[in-house]
Amino acid sequence: MDHSVVLQEQVKAALGAGTPLVITGNCTKEFYGHRVQGRRLETTVHTGVVDYDPSELVVTVRAGTPLVQLEQLLDENGQMLAFEPSSFGGRASVGGTIACNVSGPRRMVLGAARDFVLGCRVINGNGELLHFGGKVIKNVAGYDVSRLMTGAQGTLGLLLEVSLKVLPKPEAEMTLAYEMGVEESITMLHRWLQQPYPLSASCFDERTLWIRLSGSSAALAHTHRRLGGQAVSDSEAFWRCLNDKQHEFFGDTGPLWRLSLPSDCKPLALPGKWLYEWNGALRWLRSTASADAVRRQVEAVAGHAMYYRGDRQRIDTVLHPLDPRLVPIHRRLKQAFDPERIFNPGRLYPDL
Amino acid sequence: MNTTELHARREKLAREFQAILPAESVLYQTEDLRVYECDALSAYRRLPLLAVLPDTIDQVQQVMRLCRRLSLPVVARGAGTGLSAGALPDTQGVLLGLAKFDRILEIDANKRIARVQPGVRNLAISEAVSDLGLYYAPDPSSQIACTIGGNVAENSGGVHCLKYGLTVHNIQQLQVVTIDGDLLTIGGPGPDTPGYDLLALFTGSEGLLGVIVEVTVKLLPKPESARLLLAAFDQVEKAGNAVAAIIASGIVPAGLEMMDQMAIRAAEDFVHAGYPRDAAAILLCELDGTEAEVDAHLETVRRVLTEAGATGLRCAESAEQRRRMWQGRKAAFPAVGRISPDYYCMDGTIPRRCLPEVLREIARLSSEYGLPVANVFHAGDGNLHPLILYDANKPGELERTEEMGGRILELCVSVGGTITGEHGVGLEKINQMCVQFNAAELAQFHAVKSAFDPDGLLNPGKAIPELHRCAELGAMHVHQGRLPFPGLERF
Ligand SMILES: Cc1cc2nc3c(=O)[nH]c(=O)nc-3n(C[C@H](O)[C@H](O)[C@H](O)COP(=O)(O)OP(=O)(O)OC[C@H]3O[C@@H](n4cnc5c(N)ncnc54)[C@H](O)[C@@H]3O)c2cc1C
Repeated sequence: MDHSVVLQEQVKAALGAGTPLVITGNCTKEFYGHRVQGRRLETTVHTGVVDYDPSELVVTVRAGTPLVQLEQLLDENGQMLAFEPSSFGGRASVGGTIACNVSGPRRMVLGAARDFVLGCRVINGNGELLHFGGKVIKNVAGYDVSRLMTGAQGTLGLLLEVSLKVLPKPEAEMTLAYEMGVEESITMLHRWLQQPYPLSASCFDERTLWIRLSGSSAALAHTHRRLGGQAVSDSEAFWRCLNDKQHEFFGDTGPLWRLSLPSDCKPLALPGKWLYEWNGALRWLRSTASADAVRRQVEAVAGHAMYYRGDRQRIDTVLHPLDPRLVPIHRRLKQAFDPERIFNPGRLYPDL
Repeated sequence: MNTTELHARREKLAREFQAILPAESVLYQTEDLRVYECDALSAYRRLPLLAVLPDTIDQVQQVMRLCRRLSLPVVARGAGTGLSAGALPDTQGVLLGLAKFDRILEIDANKRIARVQPGVRNLAISEAVSDLGLYYAPDPSSQIACTIGGNVAENSGGVHCLKYGLTVHNIQQLQVVTIDGDLLTIGGPGPDTPGYDLLALFTGSEGLLGVIVEVTVKLLPKPESARLLLAAFDQVEKAGNAVAAIIASGIVPAGLEMMDQMAIRAAEDFVHAGYPRDAAAILLCELDGTEAEVDAHLETVRRVLTEAGATGLRCAESAEQRRRMWQGRKAAFPAVGRISPDYYCMDGTIPRRCLPEVLREIARLSSEYGLPVANVFHAGDGNLHPLILYDANKPGELERTEEMGGRILELCVSVGGTITGEHGVGLEKINQMCVQFNAAELAQFHAVKSAFDPDGLLNPGKAIPELHRCAELGAMHVHQGRLPFPGLERF
């Protein structure tokens, strides 16, 4: 159902009253940012696929649509969201997924959510309904506001509708496992990545490296012969479980950090348990190390760290502090889209 | 300002710049400035006040600070191959040439990246990493000449971007200098960065937000196998349907290009690529991947093309034949340039399903205006390049051409597409921006611009039209792409 007019009225009312709005889908990713004080603006009423023609490789969908519903439709047509977002237990909305740039195992090969966003309809902080980008794969008219909105966690405007590029599902997939340590996994992966193997995901810990191959059956068989490795019985379940944080590594409730780093950097000298994805570029760390210690280490390799889970009292900011030189531009962009600061104020950083 | 005053102004400014740059890096004599008077859209020409050619980042920072202090407009320029007058100088400003930034700074095979200066040519990157079995995927047809800085500023594409993406998908970090002279690092070596996606915002910003002084590009391993199929059709429509059928079969070709008869003949006469001169349209379909995969896909695509009514089907049998078959496509613009005194290249993108309808309408406009059109088409991603043939020496013909071009772009918008897929808005398509975006959207763009450049000194007058300009043209977008005043002077 199209609720854009109702949503726009709610935004205008909030503007009139000067009450901040907390944009809410199904609350699966509240922890991605800081808690926001204000009135809830429910997006889950604004649902439905607006346009989908599989041969265009583009789908346009309203933000409140459940992600699983969209994925099912694509699946029926042999297609997929190539950034493989987690559905957070089946409850995530499309809007929240894009607002948080949620991307899964295929990210290092095919790209993140932002790479597949082609256009959007948004309500900005003046209560205006605006349309950027479009439903076509190539479009350079105007600034790329659609990708700017991706990952902005609603602080620049309310996403009403997004157009996404979709891809055909691979004909076949298989997962291979290798017994090896972390450093060896990093070395092996980077050697393989310089070759045109059909790698579509990787994950490793201190004992095992898992890789996923995607493509034609013939290509998979051929690559398996070249790379060896033990085929894992339920390939799909393995990556789904990892993507949905059902892997035993995530079972603990202690502090969990998400580190984004250059893929080939050496294991960091931080105490705790590690799990690696995205060829080593995404590293999960369960550790009681101080925020300072974690940030110092990742900054040394030009990465960043998000405090993904754990006691919020312990830290000042969930996301990595911004490069001070970029702070003024972030403030001015917030001002440009949401001058009254009514959308999710403080969710990303205190002054955004 | 008369010539003497202009010259005095130039000399005075030149002295200011000579204080921060080596003397040979400051050009202010008319004959020296001529080189910079236009980009590849040569119908628009004008001279800057002066041109500067710094060769260190520090010099760029100083140039920007001086321009800010003197309120001088700055237009960055790479190789000047742009097709939308994006690098057209400002008569009251400085042309900032980045040609001297032509060094590859770092190649890291393990990370599959190259860190390069903005003036490095697109093709030079792939050549430099070729021995490592790697390449840089986006391949604009101008890749021998255009620079990576220009590619980022335009978010350029190429014939392989259906599968491998545009510039925005293939870069990971930029160093930019702001109008205040600050050096910023945008993006980073990891898969994401905290805060807003400034890397995406900068890509395609046409030099309006800052000057790009370093680019880190992602590299890909060269595919194990790449095969090119050429299919001929006796009707353009059948070729269009074949494109949809290939995509529907679940294959994403590495490249999927279409040319109509006039483009085929021009290209064939120029480079002898082996194209069938009597075909109404040809499709070039490249498949790449592992050997086994390509073989399987080749079979599927052959079947799909035959079912779609292809009258001829040929697969390049050698690397040399494949190169030649591509060359015909890549040389299509200059080839058309040989058969007409001038041509005007459009760049609209449409949903592919609207192709037959749009091509019919373009043919109708062509006869209405009495101007022939050759069609070259990135068919896989719906990006059309109708080339309007005209003669600038015939009075009024350029104006008619521009008007017809405007109608084509409005047509693209009216079927749900866009006025520019890869060449950018520049100065050329500034009026059509009023068709694609309403006043509130344009105001939002201006607000973004102000966040970086509050005084509007970076590439002024390009990419985003002033609201009053659109108002003067009439509220064009409410007329479904029909210009309310067709007789109105366009520029
Ligand atoms: C024959 C021909 C074929 C072409 N084929 C294609 C194609 O297939 N695909 C495609 O996408 N394009 C194509 N183009 C267009 C053009 O080559 C691209 O737009 C290219 O990216 C421009 O690069 P350049 O270095 O020449 O930039 P320029 O023309 O010098 O500048 C283009 C714009 O970028 C800005 N700019 C340049 N450098 C910087 C910098 N360092 N920092 C900030 N802003 C900067 C300029 O101000 C200007 O607005 C073609 C052009 C020709 C002539």
